[in-house]
Amino acid sequence: MAKIAAIPMILTALCVFVGGTLWTVVYSFTGSKLLPKAKWVGLDQYERLWNTNRWIVSIENLMIYGICSLIFSLVIGFVLAALLDQKIRFENTFRTIILYPFALSFIVTGLVWQWILNPDFGVQNIVRSLGWASFEFDPLYNQDIVIYGILIAGLWQGTGLIMVLMLAGLRGIDQEIWKASRVDGIPTWKTYIFIVIPMMRPVFITTLVLIASGIVRVFDLVVAQTSGGPGIASEVPAKYVYDTMFLRQNLAQGFAASTMMLLAVAIVIIPWAYLEFGSRKRD
Amino acid sequence: MTEAIAGFEGAHGPKPRRTFSRRNIFLYGTLIMVALYYMLPLYVMIVTSLKGMPEIRLGNIFAPPVEITFQPWVKAWAEACTGLNCDGLSRGFWNSVRITIPSVIVSIAIASVNGYALANWRFKGANVFFTILIFGAFIPYQVMLYPIVILLREIGLYGTLWGLVIVHSIFGMPILTLLFRNYFTSLPEELFKAARVDGAGFWGIYFQIMLPMSLPIFVVAMILQVTGIWNDFLFGVVYTKPDIYPMTVQLNNIVNSVQGVKEYNVNMAATILTGLVPLVIYFVSGRLFVRGIAAGAVKG
Repeated sequence: MAKIAAIPMILTALCVFVGGTLWTVVYSFTGSKLLPKAKWVGLDQYERLWNTNRWIVSIENLMIYGICSLIFSLVIGFVLAALLDQKIRFENTFRTIILYPFALSFIVTGLVWQWILNPDFGVQNIVRSLGWASFEFDPLYNQDIVIYGILIAGLWQGTGLIMVLMLAGLRGIDQEIWKASRVDGIPTWKTYIFIVIPMMRPVFITTLVLIASGIVRVFDLVVAQTSGGPGIASEVPAKYVYDTMFLRQNLAQGFAASTMMLLAVAIVIIPWAYLEFGSRKRD
Repeated sequence: MTEAIAGFEGAHGPKPRRTFSRRNIFLYGTLIMVALYYMLPLYVMIVTSLKGMPEIRLGNIFAPPVEITFQPWVKAWAEACTGLNCDGLSRGFWNSVRITIPSVIVSIAIASVNGYALANWRFKGANVFFTILIFGAFIPYQVMLYPIVILLREIGLYGTLWGLVIVHSIFGMPILTLLFRNYFTSLPEELFKAARVDGAGFWGIYFQIMLPMSLPIFVVAMILQVTGIWNDFLFGVVYTKPDIYPMTVQLNNIVNSVQGVKEYNVNMAATILTGLVPLVIYFVSGRLFVRGIAAGAVKG
C-alpha cells in the first residue's frame, strides 16, 4: 500500500528529475530546432553556445551578480541578525519589516525597483532637484552598471531570509560562550569573528548553498526589471535558455545552455552533499 | 534606567545599560535606518498609485500625494490592457486563484502522503527515491522545462490549468515531502504501532491519527505553497496560454508593454494588487511564515 501511495513521488523522481534531466542532456547533442529530433551533431551546440556573445554576457552577469550577492547577503544578513540579537526592544517589528520583501514575487520586486531607479522620476531626479545637477545614477539605462541595479533589487528581496536564518543560528549558540568571553574581557566584535562565526559554520554553509542555488535561477527579476536590456547588457543564463527554447525555437541550443547551468550547480552541490552526508555517515 | 527584557528567551550579547547610552543610539539608529530602507519601496508604490499622472510628472516619487485619487486602482483592476484584452488585472487575479487553490491542495495531499509513507512505512527503495527528490530540488528548472512540456503534451494537458497544477505539484514535492517526513518522524512511534496492533491500515492511520495530529504542519505547508505558487512566473508563462496567464505574468505584460503612454500610477497600483495576497498572508501568519521558510531552508 505504501508503495502505491508513493507512486506520484516515484514517478516524479524517476520520470521528471532523473528522466527529464538525462533527456535534456542527451538532446543537447542534437540539432533540434522547433521540435526535438535525434539528429546527432556532437558538441556543435556547445561550441556555438560559447561563441555566442549573448551567452558570454549572461555568464559574466551571473558571475558578478552571484559573487556580489553572496558576499552582501552573508555580510548584511549576519550584521542585521547580530544587531537584532542584542536584546533589543521591538525585535519582532524590525524582523517583520526586514523580512516582508521575501513574501513578494520577483516580478513585483523588479517592477518596484524599475520605478525607483527610473532616472527621470526616481532617485537620480530627486538628487538632482536637490541641487546636484550633474548627479548620475541610472543603473537600468547604463550598460556598464545595469547588473548592479538588479543586484540592489535582489538584495532587498532576499537579505531578510538570510537574516532570519543567521538569527536562528545565533540563538543556537550557548550562552556560556558569551559569559566566558566577557569574563576574559574579549571585545564583542572579536567574540563574533573568532568564536561565534566559526561555531556557526553549518548555518553559513546552508545559507551559502541556498543563495547559490537561488542565484542560478535568477530569471523573473531580470525579466521584470530590465527585460535583459539595455541591449543585452543584463541577460542571465536562465533567460537565455527560456528565450532560445520558447521564443527562438532553437531547442537544442537551449538544452546545451541548460546543461551548462546544471553543471554549474553540480559543482556547488556535490562537494557540499559529500561533506554534509559523507561525514554524517562516519559519525 | 535599565531595559526590562524578560521574555526574550535565548537572546544574548552584552547586558544593555542606560536607555540613551551611545551604544543604544547607534544600535537603534542603524536598525531604524535599515527598516526605513526596507519600507521605502512599499511606501513609494503606495504613494505613486494614489497620484494623478500630472502630479507624477512634476513631482518627486517620495512625496506624498497632494490630491489622492483611486482612479489608478480602478483602472489597474478593471481596465488595463494586455494585448487586445482590456479587462484589467482582475482576469489575472481570478486565474491565479483558480491555479493556486487546486495546486495547493493537490501538492500538499501528495506530499503529505509521501512524507507519511517515508516516515512510517519505509518500503524498499524509499530512501533512493527520497534522495533523488531532494537532489532534484537543486536542479535548475530550465533543465526540466522541455521534458515536462513533452510529458504534458502526451497526456493532453499542455497549456491547461490542470497541467500547471501538475507542474506545481512536481516542483513543490521535494520541499514539502521533506517537511512532512521530518514532522511525521518526530511524532511518537508508539502511536503508529498501537494503531497497527488494532488493525488499522495505511489510509486508516493516515486519516485518523496522522492528519488530526499534524494540523500545524499543514498550515505551514499551506503558507509556503500559497505564497510560492502565487508568486510563480516561470511555470505560468511556460505552461499556460494567454487566457489563463496567472497574475504575475499579466502584471509583467501590462507594465512592460511597449505600446501606449506609460501610466506609472496604474502600474504601481497593479503591482501592489499582485503583491497583496502574499503580503496579507505574511503579515497575518507571522511566526508560522518564518517557520515555513526556515523549514524550507534548513535541509534535514
